[in-house]
Amino acid sequence: MEAFTTHTGRAVPLRRSNVDTDQIIPAVWLKQVSRTGFDRGLFSAWREDPGFVLNDPARQGASILVAGPDFGTGSSREHAVWALQQYGFRVVIAARFGDIFRNNSTKMGLLPVVLPAATVEAIQTATEADPSLEVTVDLVERQVRWAGETAAFEIDDYTRWRLMEGLDDIGLTLRHADEVTEYENGRQPWLPTTV
Amino acid sequence: MGRTLAEKVWEQHVVRRAEGEPDLLYIDLHLIHEVTSPQAFDGLRMAGRPVRRPELTIATEDHNVPTVLGPIEDPVSRTQVETLRKNCAEFGIRLHPMGDAGQGVVHIIGPQFGLTQPGMTIVCGDSHTSTHGAFGAIAFGIGTSEVEHVLATQTLPAYRPKTMAVEVSGELPPGVTAKDLILAIIAKIGTGGGQGHIVEYRGEAIRGLSMEGRMTVCNMSIEAGARAGLIAPDETTFAYLKGRPHAPTGAAWDAAVEYWRSLTTDEDAVFDTVVEIDASTLTPFVTWGTNPGQGAPLGESVPNPEDTSDPAAARRALEYMGLTAGTPLRDIEVDTVFMGSCTNGRLEDLRAAAEVLRGRRVVTRTLVVPGSMLVKLQAEQEGLHEVFKAAGAEWREAGCSMCLGMNPDTLAPGERSASTSNRNFEGRQGRGGRTHLVSPQVAAATAVTGRLTAPADLDQEV
Repeated sequence: MEAFTTHTGRAVPLRRSNVDTDQIIPAVWLKQVSRTGFDRGLFSAWREDPGFVLNDPARQGASILVAGPDFGTGSSREHAVWALQQYGFRVVIAARFGDIFRNNSTKMGLLPVVLPAATVEAIQTATEADPSLEVTVDLVERQVRWAGETAAFEIDDYTRWRLMEGLDDIGLTLRHADEVTEYENGRQPWLPTTV
Repeated sequence: MGRTLAEKVWEQHVVRRAEGEPDLLYIDLHLIHEVTSPQAFDGLRMAGRPVRRPELTIATEDHNVPTVLGPIEDPVSRTQVETLRKNCAEFGIRLHPMGDAGQGVVHIIGPQFGLTQPGMTIVCGDSHTSTHGAFGAIAFGIGTSEVEHVLATQTLPAYRPKTMAVEVSGELPPGVTAKDLILAIIAKIGTGGGQGHIVEYRGEAIRGLSMEGRMTVCNMSIEAGARAGLIAPDETTFAYLKGRPHAPTGAAWDAAVEYWRSLTTDEDAVFDTVVEIDASTLTPFVTWGTNPGQGAPLGESVPNPEDTSDPAAARRALEYMGLTAGTPLRDIEVDTVFMGSCTNGRLEDLRAAAEVLRGRRVVTRTLVVPGSMLVKLQAEQEGLHEVFKAAGAEWREAGCSMCLGMNPDTLAPGERSASTSNRNFEGRQGRGGRTHLVSPQVAAATAVTGRLTAPADLDQEV
């Protein structure tokens, strides 16, 4: 995956709570067997409304989504992450994320940033007042900076390191293949196989 | 200090633990289906990696499949199903394709085969994997990157979630089901309330549930935001498992049961969070909004958004749902009733619905979709299909169907359903469709009157 250290870009305020992954990308888009082309499916039902924030010309090219709490709930579809990335988002900021969505994001290099609800709203208000406002998300310093304001966010050291290095999880695990084999040798004998 | 059930199962599966890293967790069973796996297999091919343990992996075709006999007409869906077939053949994975007697919704077939057992770790690229927690397993949904990771390594790096106890005291009153219980729990703790937690459902009402009811409860753990949900195994669990094709036999059975009996939360264990609910106060429960936490007892009315915990979300939901605050939920008219899904597509659910429909006629379009081909066969052996057909309902083939509308079973824009599935999200069952989540019994009674209805209401009307 693409490494993430620091990113500066314009923001999109999405003032909705409980944005489930069915809204991020409806199921009809999940029939594809490739990993590309999901940008067209991003929020595809909501984008039919000309007033939807993503249709605002002032938001074109923005790369940081600032959403309401409980973003990415529901379905495990990683396609939601692919759609956001392929549309051009590098970061999603919210007060709470669905666990699976957040996990999927960190596997793909889309940075999920958790900030207190009041801070998220402050960023939304600032970008609503000035759509050209630039927001910096600094994974090295674990900070979000905008309009002279700074907010610190938490992320565990391991995930941060993996994102900053752009490392492939599978490659990291395969370094420990011997330990996996050793574990397998001690598994309970009654555990089922599918054959 | 004692340990919770979740902690015991987790610790049993830690392959590697190092300071500052997530645990490397061994995965006992990996379930796959056509939608979230193709890109994972592509990844393996690109990196030249094999599937580490194909014999701990099983595949089925469920999300896209039509529920009427015949080929898949949508070429994109067909390609996806054919891709799964090619991948399973190439990597040596057992697959239950359309038309096979073992085919069905992925979370129905695991337990049905006896592959889902206490104390296991089970994953699938599907959020309703939490269903398998009903057996005392840690079971959770993963994305496609993690599907690839499990295929390649049979492990996952993960931090151990926090633990939450949902203590359900008292007994469920007659006519109140596992579905009503879990809808009430989600309404109480909210769609984000379980985030970062494995939930253990405990207490008298949980012990009193059948395995099928326990699966319904655990299935919807994800709708409360939880990573997983589980229930300690007991005699009900063992009786369900015994004799199933992949359950242990002979001395292995005895050894397994002895171990499974140890899979309970120690008396002095401490949960990070505790939620209490009294089952004896519950009545049939339905949703009125566009997330599973927006629900209320059927006897109540559509709430005033200002009285809810998230007024903006409630206003949006009522607008989408075409509902007015103060309308009695029983006055809501529906066009379509859907019975099925990994939440309520098992034999017990079909029996309960058939019991309500016996000798009655439906006034709505009513789809009855068994969760698996085996469920369908068993239901037909009991004559349930005749009850459904005599009532005017459609008796279909197995699949996910209208739960998420990836196959032709969808709602039209503005069409309203009562559905035994798990999600009432905007557009979930078809663009512009409006979904009310209900139990199988309420679904059946609703099909009879065309309004949200409990079976007890029918008796009063006669």
